[in-house]
Amino acid sequence: MRRLRLLVAIVVGAMAALASGAAPAADTNIAVAANFTEPAREIARLFESRTGHKAILSFGATGQFYVQITQAAPFQVFLSADRSTAKKLVDDGLAVADSVFTYAVGRIVVFSKDSDLVMGEQTLRDAAFNKIAIANPETAPYGAAAVEAMKSLGVYDKLSGKIVQGSNISQAFQFVDTGNAEIGFVALSQVIGRPGGSRWIVPANLYTSIRQDAVLLKNGAGNAAARDFIAFLKGPDAAAVIERFGYATK
Amino acid sequence: MLGGEELWIAVRLTLTLASTATIVLLIVGTPIAWWLARSKVRWKEAVAAVVALPLVLPPTVLGFYLLIALGPNGPGGWIGGLFGLRSLAFTFEALVIGSVLYSLPFAVQPIRTAFEAFGDRPLEVAATLRASPWDAFWSVAVPLARPGFMTGAVLAFAHTVGEFGVVLMIGGNIPGQTKVLSIAIYDYVESLQWAQAHVLAGGMLVFSFVVILSMMVLEKRIARPGI
Amino acid sequence: MNRPDPTITARYAGVLGRFELDVAFESPLRGITALFGPSGCGKTTILRCMAGLTRLPGRLVIGGEVWQDHATGQFREPYRRPVGYVFQEASLFPHLSVRGNLLYGRRRALKMGAAEHIRLDDVVDLLGIASLLDRATGALSGGERQRVALGRALLAQPRLLLMDEPLSALDRMTKEDILPYFEAIHASLAIPMLYVSHDIAEIERLADHMVLLEAGRVVAAGPLADLLGDSRLPIARSPEASTVLEGRIAAFDPNDEITALAIDGETLLVPNRVGEAGTTQRVRIVATNVSLAVDRPSLTTILNIVPVRITDIHPLDHGQVNVLVTIGHRDGGSKLLARVTRRAQRVLSLCPGQDVYAQIKAVSLIARASSSA
Repeated sequence: MRRLRLLVAIVVGAMAALASGAAPAADTNIAVAANFTEPAREIARLFESRTGHKAILSFGATGQFYVQITQAAPFQVFLSADRSTAKKLVDDGLAVADSVFTYAVGRIVVFSKDSDLVMGEQTLRDAAFNKIAIANPETAPYGAAAVEAMKSLGVYDKLSGKIVQGSNISQAFQFVDTGNAEIGFVALSQVIGRPGGSRWIVPANLYTSIRQDAVLLKNGAGNAAARDFIAFLKGPDAAAVIERFGYATK
Repeated sequence: MLGGEELWIAVRLTLTLASTATIVLLIVGTPIAWWLARSKVRWKEAVAAVVALPLVLPPTVLGFYLLIALGPNGPGGWIGGLFGLRSLAFTFEALVIGSVLYSLPFAVQPIRTAFEAFGDRPLEVAATLRASPWDAFWSVAVPLARPGFMTGAVLAFAHTVGEFGVVLMIGGNIPGQTKVLSIAIYDYVESLQWAQAHVLAGGMLVFSFVVILSMMVLEKRIARPGI
Repeated sequence: MNRPDPTITARYAGVLGRFELDVAFESPLRGITALFGPSGCGKTTILRCMAGLTRLPGRLVIGGEVWQDHATGQFREPYRRPVGYVFQEASLFPHLSVRGNLLYGRRRALKMGAAEHIRLDDVVDLLGIASLLDRATGALSGGERQRVALGRALLAQPRLLLMDEPLSALDRMTKEDILPYFEAIHASLAIPMLYVSHDIAEIERLADHMVLLEAGRVVAAGPLADLLGDSRLPIARSPEASTVLEGRIAAFDPNDEITALAIDGETLLVPNRVGEAGTTQRVRIVATNVSLAVDRPSLTTILNIVPVRITDIHPLDHGQVNVLVTIGHRDGGSKLLARVTRRAQRVLSLCPGQDVYAQIKAVSLIARASSSA
């Protein structure tokens, strides 16, 4: 009997300890598409220093966030990697309708670690490589854009046999960065700060722009910090950060 | 960037989660292991198979169904409602529940094997020596099964530290609450900060190795009989 | 309050796997009762049922207390039965020291309110295990383990000791060494024992009462001497048939190294010193070592010429005959079995009621030497 009581005490104590050791009270919880991690962190920092509000960021896959939000995840603002998920949330009644706006526009870049390989669109026509990495066009807007660009250039049929797909744009970049694919379609934000290698920024008219929409979730409708964050995100300070990280703001 | 403080929060969170899950697993897994070891009903191996399901289920699948179960439309939501929460998901408690389910076979199997190893005789002896079944369990079965408890605890702990898919799905990656080390590493990788990812992963590896090694050494010392 | 009923009443009927048991017997709640029979006859099953370890429909009453009754649905859990159980393989707890094992049952028995009539020191002395107390159980020999197991069962303050072939896992020499400890326990602690064995020699040495079993049924039950001498039973008909006599040690002649045992007013001479003067000693006499004479012979090397009265003559196979006699030229003496040829019986015209002489060679009565000086 004594032993059972001791065990119960240990479990209760452990749970109490963890409860007290949990994070400090959040001002607002933001769900952020993983590809926007770096700029989001910077924007949150600026946000806190300007307004005193704390934005607690969670990074992850857009699809997974959608499921979680339908299951009452405690997020108040959602920065999606696409337009459709934000719209779905509004249609589902989980987001505030008129709060949807495009917070960033992604650009795709043909990139290789080999500094001699990429020489503009000709590189694609020459196809002097074994593997070209893209994100999964079914699930990632960057992947869909890559396929669209290749088709616009008329090289898709020629290259389709050499394509390797990453499950998302990060994984596509990993293929290229580790040399498993000599070349790939990656996001501008992924290579903007990196010296070295060779790159060609794909002209925007070759593909439908990759618009990433943000939305205020019903959960955050009454939260001042959440509303302020959205406002900040639309403002000039955030715009500067966003552009610095390789996105357009319109 | 995952600064010093955020890092330590993730570390503490991970250790707390693993410890809590291990303790819960020992408490929950022991009766299950006991029943599986001693029961004579014909369908007990079916129960054993259910317990072992997390071994073969993809973590994201398990996480998905757990999310539904813990959410406002599932039993978790109902329980959460009793405490004023819309859902049980996205809390530390949700991670414990997920970890317990996910690591259940790792705890139950070694304990069951240890209970089976000594057979019926020691408990019969205990009964003839005036020990009630409850008494015999604590004074004979548990000490004789100690190596199994140790192995189960080590495996449950290590498995929970390394857990990712389930935690990500039902936790929501909230810093300080559900952002454990494995997810922190993933975040680094996703944002291409591979140096930090290497450091964190290396640290986890060393830590796990030390934990497992010391528990195995301890297990050998404790398991010597008759002392 | 009635006077306590000093009996064990057991009745079990049921099926265990392929084995069918249907037994009923009564034996005194005193002394050693042996359950004897070939392997697979159900004796271990009965013992386990009495301990409550195996559950078969039946009825068990110990000294007036009902421990199990199928009719009323009563069943006392094993841990509530004040028994001590010694298993065939000792089965000591490996996670406890010898001392820990010994005290395991005692602690619990006392907590349940049993009076402490068996103390640790007494048991340790009786069984000679003082030097083993702090050892780990893995470091003991087979004989030492069984002694500790016996001590452990005794210290649980049992009303009844159940012993399941406690010696069969031991080699011959160890058995010889341990039997005296069992006899000492029997002599100094008044605890009734149920002793299961397939070895008739062990039983003849220890038991007072016997239940004979075969294929899950009771063939006969009663005092040991009666069963041993009963020629309707297979034991008496076998080549190793024997009887047991119990006597007091009267004297020891150190010159000739011969002990005199007083039995029923007669004297039996046994080589070697077999015990202290005044103590009781059992002698096992194999029937084929007993011959009969109508006239008292003289000038013969056979030392033991004992007057006996013939009570029963029973023909056997192969020209042999069992002659059951009692000690003394009167009725009511201890039973002794003699195996003679049919021809000898016919030639001497042996018949029941006749007074004759039994001849038993002293050297055929070799018992183990006593260890005391």
